Amino acid sequence: MRVRWLIVALIVVAMAAPWGFYDWTHHRHSGFLISMLSQMGMMVILALSYNMLLGQAGLFSLCHATFFGMGGYATIHFLNAAGDGSLPVPMEVMPLLAGLSGLALAMLFGAMATKQRATAFAMITLGIGELMATAALMFHHFFGGEGGVTTNRMIDNSVFGLSYASGLQVYYLILAWTVIAAALMYFLTLTPLGRMANATRDNFERAQFIGYDPRMVRFLQFALSGFFAGIGGGLYAITYEIVTFDALAAPLSANALLMAYIGGTTVFGGPILGAVLITLLQSGVSLLSNSWLVYVGVMFIAMVIFAPSGLAGLIKAHEPIRRAGRLGALTVPYLRLVIPSLGVLLGFVGLVELMSFLTIGAAQGKKLVLFGGPIDVHAVVPWAVSVASLLLGGVWLRFEAAGFHLVWERLMAGARR
Amino acid sequence: MTALSLRDVRKNFGATEIIRGVTLDIAPGERHCIIGPNGAGKTTCFNLISGRFPITSGEILLNGVRIDTLPPHKINRMGLSRSFQITSIFHRMSVFENLRCALLWSRGYRYSFWSPLWRQTALNEAAEALLEDLNLATRRDVLAGLLSYAEQRALEIGMTIAGGASVVLLDEPTAGMSNTETDYAMALIRRVTQGKTLVMVEHDMKVVFDLADTITVLVYGQVVASGPPAAVRANRAVQEAYLGALEE
Repeated sequence: MRVRWLIVALIVVAMAAPWGFYDWTHHRHSGFLISMLSQMGMMVILALSYNMLLGQAGLFSLCHATFFGMGGYATIHFLNAAGDGSLPVPMEVMPLLAGLSGLALAMLFGAMATKQRATAFAMITLGIGELMATAALMFHHFFGGEGGVTTNRMIDNSVFGLSYASGLQVYYLILAWTVIAAALMYFLTLTPLGRMANATRDNFERAQFIGYDPRMVRFLQFALSGFFAGIGGGLYAITYEIVTFDALAAPLSANALLMAYIGGTTVFGGPILGAVLITLLQSGVSLLSNSWLVYVGVMFIAMVIFAPSGLAGLIKAHEPIRRAGRLGALTVPYLRLVIPSLGVLLGFVGLVELMSFLTIGAAQGKKLVLFGGPIDVHAVVPWAVSVASLLLGGVWLRFEAAGFHLVWERLMAGARR
Repeated sequence: MTALSLRDVRKNFGATEIIRGVTLDIAPGERHCIIGPNGAGKTTCFNLISGRFPITSGEILLNGVRIDTLPPHKINRMGLSRSFQITSIFHRMSVFENLRCALLWSRGYRYSFWSPLWRQTALNEAAEALLEDLNLATRRDVLAGLLSYAEQRALEIGMTIAGGASVVLLDEPTAGMSNTETDYAMALIRRVTQGKTLVMVEHDMKVVFDLADTITVLVYGQVVASGPPAAVRANRAVQEAYLGALEE
């Protein structure tokens, strides 16, 4: 019941979000915000569909962007056809066609890749990703080479009579499809195929001895996840009206993995969390810092080491304590973690930024500006402060973490009783 | 017609012949125990019958139909089910989900991605009933990987018989259990395999002579003796090769 309200609240927030930064004097929406929210929607679909493989079926795919990109390229061509009148399909249905394009390609590649599992599967998908990336540069008719393919989304065909001239209308289209896709993917987890995907993940041999062909389970799961990725790609094409190599290349596949993993692969909603967070970092922090990818990378490594079940897994771990009504007892230990953590963060960010400004920043002629004033990257003080803050914070954090661990164990033991 | 028969089945791993011409006929409804010293090829036999490994030569027939060229899932669909010596369950799924998954194929759900499981009343009731049967009802929503060893073994037996297979192979179902647990597990096995053909690998001689209609003794990949318990017990070759050491 609580989860149901959370979903409703999430959708309401997503619907209201564009109005949060509405410029009432000029009657204009914040373009930056809407484009970030739109990006979030697509990434939520991409991350959730990736988790159909990684989290639910235990398949470590390295080519998920292939199907996202395929949906994108196909949609550009569909939109062009719709624009010249040869494809009488309303805009609202376009993402479905994109999904079917993703599905078709995923069936083709899935037939090859899903014969295997584990490492061999990962290798094959790596090959598929590279194959498609190369194909995108070779076959100009469909992929448009390096420049990509472009379209005009004003096809003048909409169920609701919308023109989709403004980013806001497109955002609501994305939101609607994100909700539909997420709901369908959740539904899938409650069907025989969804459960057998979990089963083959846990123990493919046992799955065989209860009558299931694990290859078939993997194939169907792979194909369906390609379908949803394709929908995401379709929305991408509609939003940007251009699809290039980037939409299907390896970095986006890696991004899908990152989002799903950081968000948490063991909980259905985990990847949503990851997609929102990574998109925020991508759009927000990338404006502030050249080194935002370093932060994402370090966060990923930290998650793999300290919280392999992701953010959602971390939250879920509190469940027994919450049920015992002892969540309040964690407030002080958490607060005690905050100060040394900030120290570590400050020291680390300081060092990364100083280093970055020593090299790249200098080349770009930029100056490091922190706390309202310029900082001389050649002076000793900022370096010394950063190093001290990192080291002291680190030692202190270790100490506090041990104390936190004790409290945590005690509360968990109490909750089990 | 026999429920299960092996005709001169052989299996090589590299140059080594592990199963050296095993011929066995198991009648429908029979309780058949396979015994033998370590490394005799008992588990390998199970792996060949259930399709986990391909055979090198010979024939295996299930209810008169050749199965030795089929993959495991097809053999299972034809009515042969097995358990493993090392517990083989879906450890990150709940006990209930484990049993429900084991029921799916036999109830015709195949690879359905359109039927919501929560609305399959008959299926869910069958899974609940099985849960009761195995005495695991109080552990319904626990992850299977967190069950105690004896509970996991019970769950595995439940998953093995869930699909309604007519021939059930159990590989050392009581291995590593205490005496009480063994008694309990054997009572469970008797109950849930009623009317089925049961083939069991077992080390506990008390269990074997209590349960079996027929005992087959396997030594170095060959059948040394096969027959009713009394005959096997009296067999000199068996005594020399195997039982003598145990009975002092």
